[in-house]
Amino acid sequence: MIPSAFDYAAPATVEEALGLLAAADAAGDDVKVLAGGQSLLPVMKLRMADPSMVVDLGRIAGLNGVTDSGDSLLIGAMTPHHVVATDPLIAQHVPLLAQAAATVADPQVRHRGTFGGALVHADPAGDLPAPVLAAGATFLISGPGGQRSVDAADFFQGYFTTAVEEGEILTGIRVPKYTGWGSHYEKFTRVAQQWSIVAVAALVRVEAGTITEARIGLTNMASTPLRAAAVEAALAGGPATADAIAAAAAHAAEGTDPASDLNGDAAYRAHLAQVLTKRAVLAAVGLQAGA
Amino acid sequence: MASSKTITVEVDDVRYTDDVEPRLLLVQYLRERLGKTGTLVGCDTTNCGACTVHLDGVSVKSCTMLAVQADGHKVTTIEGMAQDGKLAPLQEAFHQCHALQCGFCTPGMIMQSASLLKENPHPTEAEIRDGLEGNLCRCTGYQNIVAAVKSVADGTVYDDSGVSTTAGETETAGVS
Ligand SMILES: Cc1cc2nc3c(=O)[nH]c(=O)nc-3n(C[C@H](O)[C@H](O)[C@H](O)COP(=O)(O)OP(=O)(O)OC[C@H]3O[C@@H](n4cnc5c(N)ncnc54)[C@H](O)[C@@H]3O)c2cc1C
Ligand code: FES
Ligand code: FES
Repeated sequence: MIPSAFDYAAPATVEEALGLLAAADAAGDDVKVLAGGQSLLPVMKLRMADPSMVVDLGRIAGLNGVTDSGDSLLIGAMTPHHVVATDPLIAQHVPLLAQAAATVADPQVRHRGTFGGALVHADPAGDLPAPVLAAGATFLISGPGGQRSVDAADFFQGYFTTAVEEGEILTGIRVPKYTGWGSHYEKFTRVAQQWSIVAVAALVRVEAGTITEARIGLTNMASTPLRAAAVEAALAGGPATADAIAAAAAHAAEGTDPASDLNGDAAYRAHLAQVLTKRAVLAAVGLQAGA
Repeated sequence: MASSKTITVEVDDVRYTDDVEPRLLLVQYLRERLGKTGTLVGCDTTNCGACTVHLDGVSVKSCTMLAVQADGHKVTTIEGMAQDGKLAPLQEAFHQCHALQCGFCTPGMIMQSASLLKENPHPTEAEIRDGLEGNLCRCTGYQNIVAAVKSVADGTVYDDSGVSTTAGETETAGVS
């Protein structure tokens, strides 16, 4: 399968890329940004997208890598999943992201696919949006009007839709450090190399046997990732015991709106959300998930 | 008509400079322009891994990359694995362990296995299976593929007669 013909540019800077996007837009071109290409190229090969112009971010220096900025880490939008999964700073301060990135697709796709690309793509079954939402990350977006930052809570707007507008580029994601917190990403699939049927991201802080704060993100329980607010409220201030966690996890499907598809109907997903939330929180606080 | 681009790519240690259409996939460039038909197309939808090559030493699916994205980079295909007429250890191990039947998945399996062993020289069996999750085989049932990769990780050396010794055993034999 061969994509339809398009013009191609590989700018060296974000400014140059923004200029190309603006010029293409003014010329009436249907322009697409290319990151790792692991979602865009398959869609172009199927001709479900046929841009007349592609702007490749792959040659812009400085968009790739993880830097320590005190209370937070800055993850470049073009950082490949493989790097997120193995980076020592992420392992130390937000291991939840490393664990989630390691479940994406397969090694070859993780070598090319990028952190920013997966977040802008915003597939409801994608594995990175829920952990990033749970972590309260901030998205750094550059556009014709300069730079702006958007909170994770406002970034994911709908099915495959984010705050990144046409003509804009996501340059980086700032993630607060959760050093010392317990965390776990629990992904449910039936076969290898599969997208999440449902998955749960848990960040939990325990002090002297009490859960002082919990941040829970749900994958594929609506058209966007969701926080399991009722579970978070039920956990906070309670004991880090299996019984308390199981009772809190029973709230996991509240406020969700999961799809029904060939992998399972909405009721099945609601059930999975509860089971996986229990497992994720138990693992995050260092208790083994019960049978 | 979209304009073509000039790219320079080092493939299996040879530099090529060519004009390509931006939409030309890397796998098409390798097979149809360079004649490197050792790299196969199975699914053409990023699922099967038959088209796996190395880009700067790291495995990628060449059906899901544009040739223009490889400009200035180094590509290694299955055809670049043997050195000086001698099969690479993984190629020899696949042969000796009967890790292929029809052989269609084999180039991709070997390229992905090589990338896996570079990142994790001593994988467990579970890590090998995980590492090959993006490569499908319709014939073998995977058992012998995993055995072949494990044998290379364990240092098994095969000679032409198919008799195998491990590097460790050879040394012990020499000492005793
Ligand atoms: C076989 C297979 C299995 C997969 N399984 C999973 C899985 O289990 N879990 C999972 O989460 N994902 C999975 N993926 C998707 C993978 O995570 C992709 O890497 C990701 O969705 C897209 O990232 P990319 O860098 O390849 O982006 P691209 O494909 O290059 O781009 C995706 C979209 O985002 C836009 N875009 C990308 N970067 C930017 C930016 N910086 N600024 C503005 N717009 C941008 C592009 O214009 C495009 O619309 C799978 C993919 C494949 C092929
Ligand atoms: S042909 Fe590329 S993954 Fe199947
Ligand atoms: S040997 Fe036939 S597909 Fe693997």
